[in-house]
Amino acid sequence: MVIRTTVNGVEHEVDVWEGSSLLALLRDELLLAGSKNACEQGECGSCSVWLDGEVVCSCLVPASQADGATVRTVEALSNGGALHAVQDAFLAAGAVQCGFCTPGMVVAAADLLERDPDPSDEAIREALAGNLCRCTGYQKILDAVHAAAGALA
Amino acid sequence: MSVTTPIRGVIGESARRVEGIPKVTGAFAFGSDLHAEGMLWGATVRSPHASARIVSVDVSAAARMDGVAAVLTAADVPGRKTFGLEFCDQPVIAGDVIRFAGEPVAIVAAEHPEQARAAAAAVVVEYEPLPVVSDMEQALAPGAPQVHEFGNVLRHVHIVRGDLEASGAEVWVDGYYETGMQDQAALGPEAGLAVPAADGGIDLHVVTQWLHVDRQQIAPCLDLPEEKVRITLAGVGGAFGSREDIHMQLHACMLALRTGRPVKMSYGREESFHGHVHRHPSRIWIRYGATREGRLVAADVRLLLDGGAYASSSPAVIANASTFAAGPYEVANVRVEGTVVYSNNPPCGAMRGFGAPQVCFAYESAMDELAAALDIDPVELRRLNAVRTGSVLPTGQVLTGPAPAREVLERCAAIPMPDEEPALGRDPIGYPGGAGNVSRGESLRRGVGYALGFKNVAYSEGFDDAAEATITVTPAPDGLAATIRTAAVDYGQGLYTVCAQIVRTELGIDDVTLEPATTMRNESAGSTSASRQSTMTGGAVLMACRELKPLLDGLDAPVSRTCTYHHRATTGLDENGQGDPHVSFSFAAERAVVEVDEELGLVRVVQIAAAQDAGRVINPQGASGQVEGGTAMGIGLALMEEIQLEDGVIRNASFTDYLIPTILDAPPVVTEFVEHPEPDAPYGLKGIGELGTVVATPAVVAALRDALGRPLNRAPVTPDDLVGLRAPATSDGPPPVPDVPGQQAIPEYLGLGLGQQELMKRRDE
Repeated sequence: MVIRTTVNGVEHEVDVWEGSSLLALLRDELLLAGSKNACEQGECGSCSVWLDGEVVCSCLVPASQADGATVRTVEALSNGGALHAVQDAFLAAGAVQCGFCTPGMVVAAADLLERDPDPSDEAIREALAGNLCRCTGYQKILDAVHAAAGALA
Repeated sequence: MSVTTPIRGVIGESARRVEGIPKVTGAFAFGSDLHAEGMLWGATVRSPHASARIVSVDVSAAARMDGVAAVLTAADVPGRKTFGLEFCDQPVIAGDVIRFAGEPVAIVAAEHPEQARAAAAAVVVEYEPLPVVSDMEQALAPGAPQVHEFGNVLRHVHIVRGDLEASGAEVWVDGYYETGMQDQAALGPEAGLAVPAADGGIDLHVVTQWLHVDRQQIAPCLDLPEEKVRITLAGVGGAFGSREDIHMQLHACMLALRTGRPVKMSYGREESFHGHVHRHPSRIWIRYGATREGRLVAADVRLLLDGGAYASSSPAVIANASTFAAGPYEVANVRVEGTVVYSNNPPCGAMRGFGAPQVCFAYESAMDELAAALDIDPVELRRLNAVRTGSVLPTGQVLTGPAPAREVLERCAAIPMPDEEPALGRDPIGYPGGAGNVSRGESLRRGVGYALGFKNVAYSEGFDDAAEATITVTPAPDGLAATIRTAAVDYGQGLYTVCAQIVRTELGIDDVTLEPATTMRNESAGSTSASRQSTMTGGAVLMACRELKPLLDGLDAPVSRTCTYHHRATTGLDENGQGDPHVSFSFAAERAVVEVDEELGLVRVVQIAAAQDAGRVINPQGASGQVEGGTAMGIGLALMEEIQLEDGVIRNASFTDYLIPTILDAPPVVTEFVEHPEPDAPYGLKGIGELGTVVATPAVVAALRDALGRPLNRAPVTPDDLVGLRAPATSDGPPPVPDVPGQQAIPEYLGLGLGQQELMKRRDE
């Protein structure tokens, strides 16, 4: 099955297995390993990417759905070495430990801030409720999203 | 937008994580991200039965499938057929007997991951199901099926001190407590890449906690000398104990050696539940006796842990649990009988807290019972009995270092309580259960609970788990640059950042680089577990820095020092459980404030107040992150996390069915550190990674009891427990103490090949 898709501004034509997910296409075919595979059931958010502007769990999206679509991944967030404000805030706040959830978290947080530039605690919790972190207890992630909102203001 | 700045930060500062930038950009390569040209993908065939005889394995259909390069079974294991962290009792691939559901029976390598999975499904295995030992008390019953030919007792620890009969206790409380089987649920899966080498050896890049003990187990099973098994650390997406044991290492190496091609294996979530050990479920019978004034004088504890099918680190877990079972209290008359059994349940081993959480849940619950029986405030009762420097523990070990048990309790209790909130009219997310709560605040009850706990730092019972590190200083155009080389693993807790902080502090060098951890260039750093690495590898780094410091003036060529840090010597336990088993101890207290919807059985943890004995805080932000994350894991065990077993088969091997706390479940954690330097430890620091987990569970459950007045004695507490649909766990009393030859693990008396103990012995030679 041949998929034509634009990922982080680059057009790709990839021949993938019919049952492939968008996540498998990104990770195993395009070798964009920033989006992580931790549950394969859409429970953990580690694989979050933008598909035509909407954040999705790419493990739940068939690769065929990306045909003709535009995909943006965590790799696109840091532009030429400069970190996105969310990425910098995650580092400054100590919101990163093992880092496995981090790419999905920063995608979800960046998406939230695009929609709501000054979110409340409740809004952040709601927006990140689908992103599991096993290391931090989430407190410093909340701090980081607030700090990023401040930096972007 | 900001630009990355050079990493700075000495000890005492919240230095930024040294590997932080690639972790936020997605460039950091975890084990599951590895890739090699021409690599194959491995998959594992696992038993659906918890106990069975393997009648036949037919790989012929699988081997003929498209893209399949190899299908291997037990007969293909090149060397020793078994491995194990402490004892070699676990087959690399099961040959004759299945002892747990999920045990590997065959392995496959194919061009594409889906081809590998399809081929694994096409391997035909004929099983003859056997009786299942699915319960830890059943394992000890006369006539129970034997999981191993030498019986079902894995280790029994017996500790007696003073005289229970003559304790003078005037008030007794009797309690029975259970904890469930918890999963580490590290987000990063078990994964690695094995690359065959021209010399007939193997280069393995893998997710692990201790490179050298992996090599020690892998080499004999592959029939290779250790120098031909070269292991390099891949990025580790969390571990919490689950990466101490071998997972895919041997299988990927076997497939790579057989096919002559690189082989990657990366478990999915379901396979991950089968592919690593879990926290031991516990049953604990505890009797505390006190004087009417509230002086604890007697503790009688019978404790049972389910070790599952293979030994893993169970012998050390039961020793820890048994030596801590009477609590961080001065109590002169103690008897502890701790047993860990084999069963046909999934193997249990290391998980954050390592035996301490189970007993802390029991002794802290019993302390609350005792406080109620004596009509004394629960915090005051703990304060009255807490150990201090000079106290004698049930093993006879004297607490020589700082033991600020009282202080952590007082500091925790002094943290301001959270504000009361109006019950009605909240944002739905502010109710127990969040937006799913349909009662909207009409039946909320608030409760407060405390827990005090303690745990050892580093390995115990005579182990010399030393750590080696190398520091090199090189003249550079604009000053000096330093590199740190160690085989120690940082799986997210911040060890590498701590090491860099030590180098900056000692040598005044800003430019510090860490080299990848491998078995090729350094001796063992020991395991990243047991709250030990900041002390042990941090200690080795500090020693090397202090040797280098006098050499730096006018340095014109690179200079290196390699140092090995040993903690003080400890001893095993004698026939009465007496000895000096632990290196040092750390203490913590937490107060939980909870809100329960008493009609729906839903819980919201409103706040955790934590005080942690840290010796000396090296990185304040990293340290509070450890307390917060550890606490979330303890809340998980209190409220939601349990592996559900049915005849030994896991019924909830997914994140849909095994729930861990989300950002909606995690409360604010207010943390204070108590800093009294530990003698002989670098900067006086103590490891802090585990205690948040240990104390959070009993604190939360105590708060639930306070809110509802129900006698909750099992963690995790379920909504049914909270609304009274499920009665407390009951017991007819503890099983008899097993007849054993002594304090050692039973496999040791039988001469079953040793694991990590052997590594330590060799180092001594």
